[in-house]
Amino acid sequence: MSSGPGGEAGFPASAVAAAGPHVARRRPRAVGERTLHALAPYLLLAPAALVIVAVLGYPLYLVGRLSFEQFGLAELITKKGTWIGLDNYSRLFHERQFWTVLLRTIVFTVVNVGLTMILGTFVAILLTKLGRFMRLLLSTGLVLVWAMPVVVAVNIFRWMVDYEFGVLNWTLTKLHLGDFINKDWFANPTTGFVVITALIVWGAIPFVAITIYAGLSQVPAELLEAAEIDGARRWRAFKDITFPLLLPIFVILTSLSIIWDFQVFNQIWLIRGSEPEESYWLMSVYSFFEAFKLGEYGYGAAIAVVMVAVMFLATFVYLRQMIRMGETR
Amino acid sequence: MSRRTLGRIGWNALALLVFLVMIFPVYWMISTAFKEGRNILADTPQFVPHPATLSNFGDAIHREYFWDVVKNSLIIVTAVVLISLVVAFLAALALAKFRFYGRGAFIVLILGVQMVPLNALIIPLYIQLSRAGLVNQLSGVIITYLTFVLPFTVWTLRGFMLGIPRELEEAAMVDGSSRMGAFLRILLPLIAPGMVATSIFAFIQAWNEYLIAYVFLNDPEKQTITVWLADFTTQRGTDWGPLMAAATLTALPVVVFFLLVHRKIAFGLTAGAVRG
Repeated sequence: MSSGPGGEAGFPASAVAAAGPHVARRRPRAVGERTLHALAPYLLLAPAALVIVAVLGYPLYLVGRLSFEQFGLAELITKKGTWIGLDNYSRLFHERQFWTVLLRTIVFTVVNVGLTMILGTFVAILLTKLGRFMRLLLSTGLVLVWAMPVVVAVNIFRWMVDYEFGVLNWTLTKLHLGDFINKDWFANPTTGFVVITALIVWGAIPFVAITIYAGLSQVPAELLEAAEIDGARRWRAFKDITFPLLLPIFVILTSLSIIWDFQVFNQIWLIRGSEPEESYWLMSVYSFFEAFKLGEYGYGAAIAVVMVAVMFLATFVYLRQMIRMGETR
Repeated sequence: MSRRTLGRIGWNALALLVFLVMIFPVYWMISTAFKEGRNILADTPQFVPHPATLSNFGDAIHREYFWDVVKNSLIIVTAVVLISLVVAFLAALALAKFRFYGRGAFIVLILGVQMVPLNALIIPLYIQLSRAGLVNQLSGVIITYLTFVLPFTVWTLRGFMLGIPRELEEAAMVDGSSRMGAFLRILLPLIAPGMVATSIFAFIQAWNEYLIAYVFLNDPEKQTITVWLADFTTQRGTDWGPLMAAATLTALPVVVFFLLVHRKIAFGLTAGAVRG
């Protein structure tokens, strides 16, 4: 893990072997075989590289180019956009709506990622405190929730918060938390987003909790015991031993959650019956609406580019760590 | 009672509460699916379906296009899984078993592309497909699904392959087998469980996808099961019983598969992260 770039153990070793007398003895056969061996990994990678370029590389380039083009429905037919430079962007940055949606998306992401991480960590710690049976029960429940397809989950939540016959309004009223009879949660975007956040956090907790739990069970018990003998308080032991060991996992999970929550589309789109009001728009919905409802593909692409840029800025630490990982392996 | 026992009871009670809150939406879907219409639209919710009925499932299955969308989803998912499994297997082999120039860069690429949001790619993908005349074709959706299934499959399979000790292959080669022979007799049987797990996970991802299918497939008889399910609400309002039955049917294959493989997948992902 700690070896720097170029410090791979296998490579120098095989170079030494190749220079040795052992190989020289078998030279006639070895040359052809070695060429093949050197080419083999590239041949094996070729199909995957080709597919990735076609379905990821080119679209990424295209979304960038489209964002500098006037590309509407007419251009979809003629198949050629007109280069307009930064016009899409300057139009976007002068749009009040853009800043509203961007701010809303950022707040939405912070709230959802925060809740997911806090509750996920809580459930992970809870799992370590349980006996065998309860742990199995809880983790089975978590896996069941994890497995729910988004479209299914959205429909369940729509049904639970139904204003007339939903189980939520009935329960809240029975618990004397107020009069929730016939309360329409989506009449106002704040309560609407409460439902959407509940839906997303509910769906995201299992992955986070199970991953952190796996990390927690890797923390060597001897270390914690040694700390206890040394008289360290439980909080100190957590701060100085458990947390540093778990930090990489937290960075990965937080970054992935940011990526997922910043681009949320399906939940918003579906819970509002494929016609979300403007007060419910997040960046991805905004981009989608401009492109596919108004036929402004170039403008929609500019919004998508801004979305990706903001996301990459937010997950910079993770990206750096990932690149380092790729280099050392 | 000692403090310790009290503490344990407290944790267990808390765990039970968390379990109930988490599982309730799933339970509510299933129980609604088995209720009679008058008990679904009741002022006081009925918590256990009584009398239980299967008629909601009948309604769901007999709703227009059900068998069409099931067939389409199966075609798309099977094609995506097969293509990505073959292509990813070769790539994972190169990444796990060879040392070569550019390997690190390719690994970064595989990890990096998994971060690109699909929502940002939907516009260029749509334009690409419309240029190629593949809009409203299952084949267009199949190609597009490789966008998110393939990188993940490569990464996971690589993790499984790294888990196989090199000594096993070498032992076979000392025995005089060629590299290919060693590979076929030793590696393939060992990697098989990992391949099954990976393909099931790819199946789940493709089965659950909504946005691409929604945008790229226009005709109702060409759509996938998720789009069909999302489209359940009619002009007259939502028919919750059949909708929950349909949702249960949509989730069923995913849940069954997921319970089978989630441990393996967690292993495949972390195996790649820890070793190397």
